[in-house]
Amino acid sequence: MADAETVQKKRNKVRTGKEQMETMETDVLKKVPVREQDAKVRATNFEEVCLGYNKEEAMCEATRCINCKNAQCIKGCPVAINIPGFIEKVKEGDIAAAYQVISEASALPAVCGRVCPQESQCEGKCIRGIKGEPVSIGKLERFVADWARENNIKPEGPREKKDRKVAVIGSGPAGLTCAGDLAKMGYEVTIFEALHEPGGVLVYGIPEFRLPKQDVVAKEIENVRALGVKIETNVVVGKSVTIDELLEEEGFDAVFIGSGAGLPKFMGIPGEQANGVFSANEYLTRSNLMKAFDENSNTPIMRGSKVAVVGGGNVAMDAARTALRLGAEVHIVYRRSEEELPARVEEVHHAKEEGIIFDLLTNPTEIIADENGWVCGIKCVRMELGEPDASGRRRPVVIEGSEFMMEVDTVIMSLGTSPNPLISSTTRGLEVNKYKCIVAEEEFGRTSKEGVYAGGDAVTGAATVILAMGAGKAAAKGIDEYLSR
Amino acid sequence: MYRIQKAEELTTNIYLMDVEAPRVAKSCQPGQFVIVRMDEDGERIPLTICDYSRENGTVTIVFQVVGAATEMMRNLKTGDAFHDFVGPLGCPSEFVHEEIESLRTKKILFVAGGLGTAPVYPQVKWLHEHGIDADVIVGAKTKDLLIMEEEMKAVSGNLYITTDDGSYGRSGMVTKVIDDLIGEEGKRYDLCVAIGPMIMMKFVCLTTKKYDLPTTVSMNPIMVDGTGMCGACRLTVDGEVKFACVDGPEFDGHKVDFDQAMKRQQIYRTREGRAFLKAQEGNTHHGGCGNCAEETE
Repeated sequence: MADAETVQKKRNKVRTGKEQMETMETDVLKKVPVREQDAKVRATNFEEVCLGYNKEEAMCEATRCINCKNAQCIKGCPVAINIPGFIEKVKEGDIAAAYQVISEASALPAVCGRVCPQESQCEGKCIRGIKGEPVSIGKLERFVADWARENNIKPEGPREKKDRKVAVIGSGPAGLTCAGDLAKMGYEVTIFEALHEPGGVLVYGIPEFRLPKQDVVAKEIENVRALGVKIETNVVVGKSVTIDELLEEEGFDAVFIGSGAGLPKFMGIPGEQANGVFSANEYLTRSNLMKAFDENSNTPIMRGSKVAVVGGGNVAMDAARTALRLGAEVHIVYRRSEEELPARVEEVHHAKEEGIIFDLLTNPTEIIADENGWVCGIKCVRMELGEPDASGRRRPVVIEGSEFMMEVDTVIMSLGTSPNPLISSTTRGLEVNKYKCIVAEEEFGRTSKEGVYAGGDAVTGAATVILAMGAGKAAAKGIDEYLSR
Repeated sequence: MYRIQKAEELTTNIYLMDVEAPRVAKSCQPGQFVIVRMDEDGERIPLTICDYSRENGTVTIVFQVVGAATEMMRNLKTGDAFHDFVGPLGCPSEFVHEEIESLRTKKILFVAGGLGTAPVYPQVKWLHEHGIDADVIVGAKTKDLLIMEEEMKAVSGNLYITTDDGSYGRSGMVTKVIDDLIGEEGKRYDLCVAIGPMIMMKFVCLTTKKYDLPTTVSMNPIMVDGTGMCGACRLTVDGEVKFACVDGPEFDGHKVDFDQAMKRQQIYRTREGRAFLKAQEGNTHHGGCGNCAEETE
């Protein structure tokens, strides 16, 4: 593949920062636009879609912040970053100082600047948004974090050490945040990770083109390590060691469970075990964690020619856009209408731009396999929306006689995930609810077992990176309070 | 890094290694498995636990060279190391949780096929250490491919060896030995545990069904993470979808949909055309060479 040529094409397509400054200056009601890879080009590569702000663009955008006294944006942020505070520093051009302001609250700003649903959080509350577009807080956060990384600025470590040990289970957003906060307070923290690489959903779930692994995720994890956090990979808590053993034999004084929601759901329709039907988790893990998108990878992945992704969440968009980049014609098959798509608007927009076809109000009823057991099609029915259901969304109802066949060779099931029972089933006295989610108090993450705290998807079921971080943060406070007694 | 304390070739293409992995060695039980990666870019390969030493903190693995990854793994020497070694994964064999007294009243028959001898060994050894001697049938294609005969002899009750070509021990498939023992020689068993290539386990189950002999099999499907995350290893047991990595790997063999499981093993074989994988199985977990499947069918 002629990489140089691709890069050159890409450069030709993006507008320069200067051009944007000019457009920006004329309209204070609009965000400084962010540069992106052209949709046609990016549909064929795994490089990052959004290219982010440069310093000039960031400083320009920062001037749009009116520095509200009673800043609503902070209230919209699950980890309560001092948003006007860091933007003020960006305005002054003191990016290092802006980074320290963010770091007080967040261990993973380069990640959050990329994957947070800002539109429903900080930016959703921004006063500027009432008349015009809100301040582009997410893109500013991303710029600050990227700048700090490129200039080798690290978050500040603890002032004094405490000789209490905390075990953190899982190195995803919840675990990294909890570990980072506890380390900053001076605790000795060890993270246990089941996979061979730390990062949890940030490495196995979210694709390279939305969140670069080496440049962004690995570097943020390095920063958490720089705070003194130890990470032990290849430890499956519940199998390699139990929580009771960590507390009783290995000298840990408290435990935080941030093991996520990793168990994939299937539809339970006939034919689902046919060859060529994958969970989104498997498809994405092969591509993201095992780098199967790379021809040289030792791990194989199915490069389908026509792929149906069943589901409408962010994970469905990620799986669809991955399959597209691997060369397939990709259809999103979703039983409700566009309005109900649970994915972020930005992800849906990007997916459409790249050429993903949306088959909405469509529901699979059976997967058809050929004589060798390989998928050759899915039987679907058309749906219409009826009365609202328990979730408040209008319930999809089958249209009688609407059955039809869609010819595909690959089906990716992206119907959500639930927490892995490995930990709850091997820990004495740890209460779970009927969905196998660990029961934990929202305020400080306290569970039914003394000294054990939990947060993130393991407690809530599949949600977002930033909510998991918020829970990790709350639990760090809870653990500190518990160990300070 | 997980250092290799001992590496040896048991027979052509079958290797045994003792690997330093204290956490796994401390907590593993018969029936469980590990996942290894040779180096930073390696594939995650599920492998059988063949033995373990809690004192030395080592776990013994046995694998057969069948694909690109195992082809590279065979070159590892004593003193080299695995980049990753995670486990124990899966559930221990059911009998580990049973009351020893009630277990002692049972006659257990193990059936090991080829590389399946390796995962059968720690189960028979565990029983032996708890004062229970189980009968064991070991089948191999030919005498040269037989592994761990001495070790097995030391921990089993009656050991019946059979080779497909009659070059050693009895002659014929393991299913014939089962028929001989139960049908002809009047032996009585309460439980059968069969581990080997899927096609062998399928036919063992068909045979034991005739005698109403409950049979446990250890499934060896394609896996990625081994912790229940990807669902690649799903199979149908008694009409229900199970994940071999967390619900198994051992299941009631009379309820497993073997035909579906064997089809699923082909997923990355026929389409991907990977180096070395060609007509052979790229997954050695629990002896699932799978190449027998194509010959027999």
